[in-house]
Amino acid sequence: MMLRPVLVLISCAVYAQSPPDLDLAAGKVLFETHCALCHGIGGKGSRGPGLNHAKLAKAPDDEALKKLIENGIEPEMPSFWYLAFEDTAPLVAYVRSLGRMVPEPVTGNAERGATVYARNKCYACHIVAGEGSGFGPELTEISFRRSPGYLRQAIIAPEAALPENFLLVEAKTKAGQSIRGIRANEDPFTIQIKDSTGSFHSLRKDNLATLNKLRGKSPMPAYKLPAADLDDLIAYLASLGAKP
Amino acid sequence: MKFCLISLLCFSAFGQVPFERIVNATKEPANWLTYSGNLLGHRFSPLTEITPANASKLKVKWAYQFPEANNEVSPIVADGVMYITGPNTAAALDVRTGRALWNWKRPVPADYRNVGFGKVNRGPAILNDLLYVTTLDCYLIALDIKSGLQRWSTKVCEYKEGYSLTVAPLAIKGKVVLGVSGGEAGIRGFIDAYDAKTGKQAWRVWTVPTTGEKGVETWAGDSYKTGGGSSWVTGAYDPELNLVYWGVGNPGPLWNGDNRAGDNLYTCSMLALDGDTGKMRWYFQFTPHDTHDWDSAHVPMLFDGEVGGRKRKLLGNANRNAFYYVLDRETGEFLAGRPYVKQTWAKGLTDKGRPIVIPNMEPSEKGTLVYPNLNGGTVWFSPSYSPQTGLVYVPVRELGSIYFKRPAVYKVGTFFAGGGENQLPTDDATGAIRALDAKTGEQRWEFKLSSPHWAGVLSTAGGIVFSGTTEGNIFALDARTGKPLWDFQGGSSTRSNPISFGLDDHQMLAITSDRVLYVFGL
Repeated sequence: MMLRPVLVLISCAVYAQSPPDLDLAAGKVLFETHCALCHGIGGKGSRGPGLNHAKLAKAPDDEALKKLIENGIEPEMPSFWYLAFEDTAPLVAYVRSLGRMVPEPVTGNAERGATVYARNKCYACHIVAGEGSGFGPELTEISFRRSPGYLRQAIIAPEAALPENFLLVEAKTKAGQSIRGIRANEDPFTIQIKDSTGSFHSLRKDNLATLNKLRGKSPMPAYKLPAADLDDLIAYLASLGAKP
Repeated sequence: MKFCLISLLCFSAFGQVPFERIVNATKEPANWLTYSGNLLGHRFSPLTEITPANASKLKVKWAYQFPEANNEVSPIVADGVMYITGPNTAAALDVRTGRALWNWKRPVPADYRNVGFGKVNRGPAILNDLLYVTTLDCYLIALDIKSGLQRWSTKVCEYKEGYSLTVAPLAIKGKVVLGVSGGEAGIRGFIDAYDAKTGKQAWRVWTVPTTGEKGVETWAGDSYKTGGGSSWVTGAYDPELNLVYWGVGNPGPLWNGDNRAGDNLYTCSMLALDGDTGKMRWYFQFTPHDTHDWDSAHVPMLFDGEVGGRKRKLLGNANRNAFYYVLDRETGEFLAGRPYVKQTWAKGLTDKGRPIVIPNMEPSEKGTLVYPNLNGGTVWFSPSYSPQTGLVYVPVRELGSIYFKRPAVYKVGTFFAGGGENQLPTDDATGAIRALDAKTGEQRWEFKLSSPHWAGVLSTAGGIVFSGTTEGNIFALDARTGKPLWDFQGGSSTRSNPISFGLDDHQMLAITSDRVLYVFGL
């Protein structure tokens, strides 16, 4: 399988002004007529990628999205040049609405949150601005990818908030070596695993005695922090990557 | 190894390829003269040098870089030259080095759009001294095999109406047969044959009947006018029966069948057509009134075997709808069928082969979970039939999808879909190469893959099965057991059909990995 980065693109950073409902309704009809074939109903992805993200890699703004729709992406996505401008605008508005998330209040204090982060040794598994170990997801720009609500869930119950394609695995080679870590990539013949030190292991499956896929499991413990510490930690994480 | 009855040494480059050579293609295994290696749709190489004992020693001999990504070409090899195509391009390569001998290109019109498929081309056909190439903007082109010079071109259809050509043509006696893409745009599909020398249309068979024709009663109201029925995958040909076998795609609109009540003939069917006239000898519809986009766009495999105590001429088809079928190819009679991947839409098949449909499995406003997804248990890429093992090797896809129904509005040359699907999370989606008993569909072995497969399969007389994965692995399996023998990381997804040919009395394997064509040998 083609694996995406461990943390997939879900963002809370863009809160565009809502277009009129009429535009969205018209855009929805256009989307379901022209786009859902590949991008799925609601833009959740099908043979084409999901579009329910606030940030679209190939269309950073509305103008770029409009041009992309009109020109297509070689060789797979057709151009929709025949959609008149008055048609494209509601379609752009609707696609943008797919990734819009309700703003969530952040009540904690980010500075205090940084000390909570250090006190709980989060750096032992995560990296912020180059500091820490790379076993867990990189957090330097986490606010671009995760909402405060998601971060809260990921701290208090990590296994309830596993990213798509995240997989903890345990491999044992025929020579007796055991490797436990996060799957970085896999194909029918090989698997690449990142262990708790952040080191990568490239293994051929025909050299393995066992390969256990621990679906639904996370190496991160469920943290039971005092409420104020939790709020502060979330405020700190929500500040990472935000513009000063 | 001495395998060549007609070897490279016997022919100078750019030799003539008369129809008799194509009919007898298995007698000159150093060449690959038609899309599936032979007219019977086998994608089987009689070459024996590469075996389970030595496959681990396969190495890259040369690689060729295409100008475009996502290549789906199945090359033709004739007399020391490999012919390849891309979207509106063709080239002749030195089979020894991969160096280009000539190139041909036709501009794609600026207002061309591909509605529901990639901008690809699946390969050329060869007959006598001409190479036949289809183009996205609906032309059949004949090129001189010696120079790449265009000898004639024939307009097949109108791309502004949503038609397109991605198919590898099939050269039969004096004619070139092709099918059309555009089933997502509400076209009315057809299968055409053209005079191989002049390009003049020899016959056309519409895949959706019109007023006054038999079968139109299976379409409510005027729905046949936008009925789809594309024909975008190369068929097979039985020279003894003089019958062309060709699969037909989905009805339009895809996911909303409300306005097209009825079986919607001849969508999702296999057609048997007279090679001289195009007259339909028989049809068999796999999926009546399809609402899941399960085209019957597959290469049919023609083989003979004993069924019910007597020897019969058979047709095997692993269908997108998740069932493997065996038909009598003289009559179209259904002989056997069974699922070869997970499916949740039918209880089984009647003794006539009609699916016993489970109620409420159609797309709906809220969404309906159905296995398989719209790409089905397998799609356009080729299976392989080995006369040596009696097995068919099917590249399969195991995933479900939530199907939605929405209003469908027909507008010329645009999507006429009527809904969509949301695939289940990718961790639930897998793939495999499955070996089935050709006469029954009973599974003999499988080799599991990490994701749904998107490449064809080649089997060989040396006893190997050859293909490539979505993750970039190019690999060989033991044809009798499915045991992996060799693999190579090609760098990107394989989306094409492999072939085999001979060079200096050694067997070569060719397959693409995205924009690279690799040739392997011992």
